[in-house]
Amino acid sequence: MTLASRRSLTAYTFLALPLVFFICVRFGPMIYMTAMSFTNWGLLRRKSEFIGLENYVNVLSDPVFLKALGNTLQYAFIGAPIVIVLGLCIALLLDAIPKGKGLFRLIYVLPYITPVVAVSWVWRWMYQPPPLGVINLVLGALGLPAGEFLNSPNQALPSIMGVNVWVELGYCSTIFLAGLQTIPKELHEAARIDGATGRQVLFKVTIPLLAPITFFLTVMEGIQFLRIFTQVYNMSFQAMGGPLDSAKSAALYIYQKAFNNFEMAQAGSASIILFAIIMAVTLVQMKFLDRKVNY
Amino acid sequence: MKRLRGALLLIALLSLAAGISAQTVTITYWQYFFETKVKLVDELIKNFEKANPGIKVEQVTFPYETFNQKAAASIPAGEGPDVITLFYGWLPMYVKAGYLQELPKSDFNKEYFDKNFYSFVAESVDFGGKYYSVPTAVRTLALIWNKKLFKDAGFDPEKPPKTLDELAAYARKLSKYDAQGNLVQAGMAMQPTGQGHSWIREVLFRQFGNVPYSADYKKVGYADAKAAEALKWYTDLIVKDKVGYPNFVTDDVTAFRSGKAAMNVDGSFRIAALKAVKDLEWGAAELPSHNGVKSNYASYWTHGIVDGVKGKRLEASIKFLKYITSPEVQELWLQRVGELPATPSLSEKYKEDPFISPFLKGLAYAKASLFIDEAGQRNVMVDAVDEVYLKKVDPLQALKNAAAKEQKLIDNFWK
Amino acid sequence: MKSTLMKSILKRKNLGIAAAYLLLSVFTVIMVFPFFWMLSSSFKDYSQILQMRFLPAEPTLENYKYIFFSTSSRFPQWFLNSAIVAVCTTASVLFFDSLLGYVLSKFRFPGKRIIFLLIVSTLMIPTEMLVIPWYAIIRAMKWGNTYWAIMFPGMISAFGVYLMRQFMSTIPDDLIDAARVDGQSELRIFLTVVPLIAASKPRMFTLPVGLANFSGEAGSDWHYIMTGATVAMLPLIVVFLLFQRQIVKGIAMTGMKG
Repeated sequence: MTLASRRSLTAYTFLALPLVFFICVRFGPMIYMTAMSFTNWGLLRRKSEFIGLENYVNVLSDPVFLKALGNTLQYAFIGAPIVIVLGLCIALLLDAIPKGKGLFRLIYVLPYITPVVAVSWVWRWMYQPPPLGVINLVLGALGLPAGEFLNSPNQALPSIMGVNVWVELGYCSTIFLAGLQTIPKELHEAARIDGATGRQVLFKVTIPLLAPITFFLTVMEGIQFLRIFTQVYNMSFQAMGGPLDSAKSAALYIYQKAFNNFEMAQAGSASIILFAIIMAVTLVQMKFLDRKVNY
Repeated sequence: MKRLRGALLLIALLSLAAGISAQTVTITYWQYFFETKVKLVDELIKNFEKANPGIKVEQVTFPYETFNQKAAASIPAGEGPDVITLFYGWLPMYVKAGYLQELPKSDFNKEYFDKNFYSFVAESVDFGGKYYSVPTAVRTLALIWNKKLFKDAGFDPEKPPKTLDELAAYARKLSKYDAQGNLVQAGMAMQPTGQGHSWIREVLFRQFGNVPYSADYKKVGYADAKAAEALKWYTDLIVKDKVGYPNFVTDDVTAFRSGKAAMNVDGSFRIAALKAVKDLEWGAAELPSHNGVKSNYASYWTHGIVDGVKGKRLEASIKFLKYITSPEVQELWLQRVGELPATPSLSEKYKEDPFISPFLKGLAYAKASLFIDEAGQRNVMVDAVDEVYLKKVDPLQALKNAAAKEQKLIDNFWK
Repeated sequence: MKSTLMKSILKRKNLGIAAAYLLLSVFTVIMVFPFFWMLSSSFKDYSQILQMRFLPAEPTLENYKYIFFSTSSRFPQWFLNSAIVAVCTTASVLFFDSLLGYVLSKFRFPGKRIIFLLIVSTLMIPTEMLVIPWYAIIRAMKWGNTYWAIMFPGMISAFGVYLMRQFMSTIPDDLIDAARVDGQSELRIFLTVVPLIAASKPRMFTLPVGLANFSGEAGSDWHYIMTGATVAMLPLIVVFLLFQRQIVKGIAMTGMKG
C-alpha cells in the first residue's frame, strides 16, 4: 500500500461516521420527502397512494403558496442586500475610528448570539400599537403618526425583515471589519498619493478587495433570508404569518401544511419547490459573483 | 457465596417491583393548557386515584396552538395519550382519521346522550350512531363589561346595552383616544381570532336575517346581502367608529383584563380567570339582540379514548372518562372554570348567579357550528374581516371570497 | 501653505471621526435598546407592564419568582433541558466538525471536493422539509421523549464543517472557539423547530419555545414573556461575554478565503 492510499484510507475512516450522519439525517430524509411528494401521504389518511404531480399542481395553484413565495423572495432580495450594505457601512465606520472598535463590535454582535425566539417576542412587544408599543411611544413623543407594524398587511413583512436585519447586522459587520483589517494600509496610502479621493479609494480599492467576503455573505445571507421561519412564526398573531398572509414565508407555509393541515406530501412538494429556488438563487449568485471575485 | 446471595436478593427484589408495577396501570391524559382547567384536573386526578387504587393518571398539556399538531403526530405513532380532550370542532377530523375509538355501546348510546345532555351536544357527538366522546361542560358567549369604565363614562354600571344599536352607541362613548387620535381605550374589543368569528358566524349573521349554513353544515350560505350587512355593522365599529380593532393591546382578553377595553364578547370559560383579576369589576349579560332576534354560539370540549388503547388501560380509561364527566365533576367544573354543566338539570341552582345566568340563558337558543376544520374555518372569517378593514374590500365581496374558501374546505373534507 | 493644507485635512479627518462615533452611537442605541426594554419589562409586574415607563416605577422580582418557583411554571425544567441539549450538541459539533474540517483540509484523497460540496450544500435544505422524516426516524427508533430526539439532527453542523476547514489552514488553537460560535447559531435553528415536534411532553420543550405558552387563548402575559426571554438569553450572553474574543474572532474567520 502506498503512503497516499494509506492516507486516503485514514481520511475515509474519519469521514465514515459523519457521512453516515449526513446521509441519514440530511440526504435520506430529503430523498424520502421527494419520493413522498408524489403520493397523497397525509396524517389523516390511512394509506398513501401514488398521485404523480398532483401535489405540485395543487401547491403551485394555491394563491397562498404563491403569495408566500413572493414574500420569501422579498425577504431575500431586499433583506439580504440591506444587511450587507449596512454591515459594510458599519465596518467602514469601525475601521475609521481610532478607539473603541472592540466595544462597538461586541455590542453589535449581541443580537446575533441570542435565541431568535426570544428576540422575536421582544420585538413583537416593541411593535405593539399604541398605547403599548415602545416604538410607537417614541414616535408619538416625536409627534409622528403611529406605525401599525405587525398589524398592517403592508408593514408586517418589512417589520419582520427589519428584525432579521437587526440580528444579522453584527455578524456581517464583524466579518467585513476583519476583511478591512487585512487590507494593507500602504495600498490606501499609495492610492491617495496618486491623487485618488476618499470615495475613489473606497470604490476602486477597498470594495473590490472585499469582494470575496461580499460574495460569501451574499450567499450565506441569501440562504438565511430564503429560509426565514422562526421570526415569522413568533411575530405573527397565532403564528399565521401576518394579516392576510402578508408576511408568510414559504417555510411557514410548509410548516402549516404539514402540522396544521397534516398534508405531509403537499408540504413535501412545497419544500422541494423552496429547495429548488434556494439552490437556483445560490447557483446564480455563485456564477455571477464568482466571476467578479476573480478580478 | 455472599455475592450469589446478593444477586438472588436483587432478582427477588426486581421481580417484586415488576409485580407491583404490573398491578398499577398508568394512563396518560392530554388537554390543552388553560390554567384553571389544568389545576382542576390535577385535583380530580388525586381524587380519582384515591378512589381507584392501582390506576395512575398522568396529565400532560400543550399550548392551544400546537395541540392538534402534537396529537396528529403522536397518536398514529402509538405515543399519544389514552384519554384526550378535544374541541368539538376537531372531532370530525379525529374521527375521520381514526384517532379515537368507539366508546362501549353499553354505557354510551343514543339513549344515554339524549337523556343526559343538551340536544346540540347529543347531535354533534353522534357519528352515524357511533359515539366517540363525552363532554363535561358546555360554553356559550355573553357580553362582558367593565363596571368602572361604565361609571367613568357616565353610564349606569349595572345596565349593559341590550341591542346591537345600543352596543354601538355605548362603545363610541366608552372609547378614548390620545392627542394624535390613537385609540387608548377600546369601547368594544374587536377580535375575530378570539370569540369574534363565532359571534359573527352564528350570532350577527342570524340577527341580520341570514342563515349562515344549511342544516347539515355542508353548504355555506352567508354570501348574501343580509350577511354582508352584518359584517358591515361589525367592521364599521372598527373602521368608522374606531371603537376597537384586532390585536389592540395584543388581544381582546388581555385588553379587557387590563381595563383597556370596556366591553367584550367572551365565553363562560373566562369567568374564573376574570374573577381572579384584582381590581376588575365586571359583569356579564346576554348577547345584545337585533331586530328582536336573539342568538348565541355554543361549544364544548369533549373527552375521548384514543384508538389502540386496550385491556387494562382501556378499562382504566373508561373509568376515568366516566369520572370526569360525572355530575360531581360537572359542578366542580362550573365553580372552578365557569363552563356550564353539560347535563342541563345540574345548572338549575345556578340560575340566579349573576355571572352564570346570562350564559345559561344563551344556551336556550344557542347554535353549535359543525366545524370540520375549526382552525381553517376560523381563518376564513378572520380573513373576511381583515379584507374589509385592511384592504377596503366590499363586505359582500369579502363574504363571497370567504364562502368560496370555506365551501372548498367542507367539500374536501366530505369528499 | 503646506501646513494649512495639512491642518485642513486633519480637521476634516477629525470631523469625520466625530461623525463616525456619532453614527456608531446611534447604531448602539438601536442594538441595545431591545435588550434594555426586555430587561426593564421583566421587572414590572402585571399592573405595571402595560404602563409605558422606561424604567419600572416599582421594580419587582415577582416575575422571576413565578418563573422559577411557581408550581405552575415549567421553566426550571425547560431551563435544564435547554442546558443539557446545548452542552451535548455543542460538544458533538465541536468534535465532529473539527474532525471533518481537519480531514477535508489536511488530507488529499479522491472525492474530497465533492464530499465537501455535498456537506455544505445541505445548508440549502429547508429545515421544515427534514422535520417530518426526522419525526419518522424518532418514531421508528422509539426515541420519543428523549433528549436524543431533540439532539440528533444537530450533532454535526455543515456550517461548522465549512468553518473548520477554513480554520484548519490557519491557527489550530482557535478551532474550539469557532465551533462554539457555530454551535450557537445552528442551535438556534433546530432548538426552535425540532422540539415543537420531537418532544411530546412539555418538559421536553426547550426554553425559548416555552415563551409561546404565556400567550394564547387566555390572553398574553407580557411580563412573563419578557422575563422568560431574559432568562433564555442570559446564559448565552454570559457565555458570549466570557468568550467574546474567541467568538468574535470565529465570526470574523468565516468570511476569509478558505
